[in-house]
Amino acid sequence: MSISPSTPPALEVRDLKKIYPNGVEALKGVSLTVQAGDFYALLGPNGAGKSTLIGVISSLVNASSGEAFVFGVPIRTRRSDAMQMLGLVPQELNFNLFEQPFQICINQAGFYGVPRKIAKERAEKYLKQLGLWDKAFEVSRTLSGGMKRRLMIARAMMNEPRLLILDEPTAGVDIEIRRSMWKFVQGINAAGTTVILTTHYLEEAEQLCRNIAIIDHGRIIVNTAMKNLLGKLDVETFVLDLATPVDELPTVDGVRITRIDAHTIEAEMSRAHDLNSLFAALSARGITVVSMRNKANRLEELFVRLIDANDKAAAA
Amino acid sequence: MNSEGTLVALGTIVRREVTRILRIWSQTLLPPAITMTLYFVIFGSLIGRRVGEMAPGVSYIEYIAPGLVMMSVIQNAYGNISSSFFGAKFQRFVEEMLVSPMPGWTILAGYISGAVLRGLMVGLIVLAISLLFTKIHVYHPLVTLTTFLLAAVIFGMLGFINAIYARKFDDIAIIPTFVLTPLTYLGGVFYNVAQLPSPWKEISYANPILYMVNAFRYGLLDTSDIQLGVAYAVMLGFVVLFGVICLSLLKRGVGLRS
Repeated sequence: MSISPSTPPALEVRDLKKIYPNGVEALKGVSLTVQAGDFYALLGPNGAGKSTLIGVISSLVNASSGEAFVFGVPIRTRRSDAMQMLGLVPQELNFNLFEQPFQICINQAGFYGVPRKIAKERAEKYLKQLGLWDKAFEVSRTLSGGMKRRLMIARAMMNEPRLLILDEPTAGVDIEIRRSMWKFVQGINAAGTTVILTTHYLEEAEQLCRNIAIIDHGRIIVNTAMKNLLGKLDVETFVLDLATPVDELPTVDGVRITRIDAHTIEAEMSRAHDLNSLFAALSARGITVVSMRNKANRLEELFVRLIDANDKAAAA
Repeated sequence: MNSEGTLVALGTIVRREVTRILRIWSQTLLPPAITMTLYFVIFGSLIGRRVGEMAPGVSYIEYIAPGLVMMSVIQNAYGNISSSFFGAKFQRFVEEMLVSPMPGWTILAGYISGAVLRGLMVGLIVLAISLLFTKIHVYHPLVTLTTFLLAAVIFGMLGFINAIYARKFDDIAIIPTFVLTPLTYLGGVFYNVAQLPSPWKEISYANPILYMVNAFRYGLLDTSDIQLGVAYAVMLGFVVLFGVICLSLLKRGVGLRS
């Protein structure tokens, strides 16, 4: 599906604030724009305000002030029209555990006004695509954790939303199922559905998303293209596994080398620094490197630094 | 959401409610059948024989039969919506409806329809049981039907309000135990309130169930302790009052949206 330049943003949030009755200020003037067709990451530590923001967008939380628009439709004044275009996969399981997956999907379609015949066809289509068709007529409380998560994705697809919000959809899901879920979501994104993802698996966000916002203490602290953000990472740390034990560490200009154990060292260096000088110094000392890997995922590294810097700034 | 879509959404809630009622029939349909059979045996057959006629040509068992049907309708309409809607809140699948484009009134109408249908099923079961003990002739079908509908809608809405404010399962048991049951027993099911001494007689007229029981009794037996017009005015008044409260709660998201 091609996105016309005149298509309004899939999501536009303007100066959104939310103060709960207990005085907690969960959102302190959040503004962001997600373009139609994007695969957008919304990251933040626990309690940063992600779920409140998603709650406001999905109309489960009433904003204290500010505006949110889904494809140009204001949620506050035209909730029904805005929700018609939205699909939500929440963080917590929220389906009737005594109903069958097929029934859950058909009911969901019904709530969006989808006629029953079409609802049945869609339920079969999405349950099959998510590998749940053989469980379609079993009571859903008997499904495994991963199946329940996939069921929530199938359910969210029943109104074929233009904007799909996934709030930590892979929490507690094994790697194989996680990959199959991402394959599905990438497929619907390629077909034109805008996807907003929150996850604590940052390598997923790095691989899948084109743009990213990081929220902390109710404020957006980063909102940019994933490529731009990753480009800001100036230091990388590599873990080197050695063939023989090492007692004395080599010294290399611009590289901070630390010993982890007899067979493992860490090398922290600027991204501008080449790896050849490091390997030359190690070879000169007769140290053989058998394998090497990044200590942390690049996005994870940045995420930790940004949140840490924001915490320090807030404390100052 | 267009009117066609709204109808689909409404039908979805009603279908889900009916499926639930039938799936757990041993909790929804069987208990009132057993309880009311005991009422007919003990109050109707055993004690009723000694009471004599309550009105010319109306035996005690005939007199209490409409009240017992109405009592079942009220309790089950209330219980259906309070447990079903609170269950949806408790398991959080109420969010399926809250994030959908459905307007609040559709959610209310769907759950009220479920309550009315459970009331109808239970009412018919109790009516069938009553036929084992006495003869029932429906004198005024329209009055019988409208009274049943109004009572089920009123107590359905009351159950909805209870479920909206409830935070734990205990909260949906308190009202039926401490309010609904006493009001039902004091609502003229088993006696004519005109026989009560003052001030209990006057106090009884403040009980809305009295009007429902008597209007229903008029429909089935052609006899009532209350003027029919007054009964309808009271019932319609409560429908409007509770309807406005329910819609206002849904619009503000009380107990549902943060």
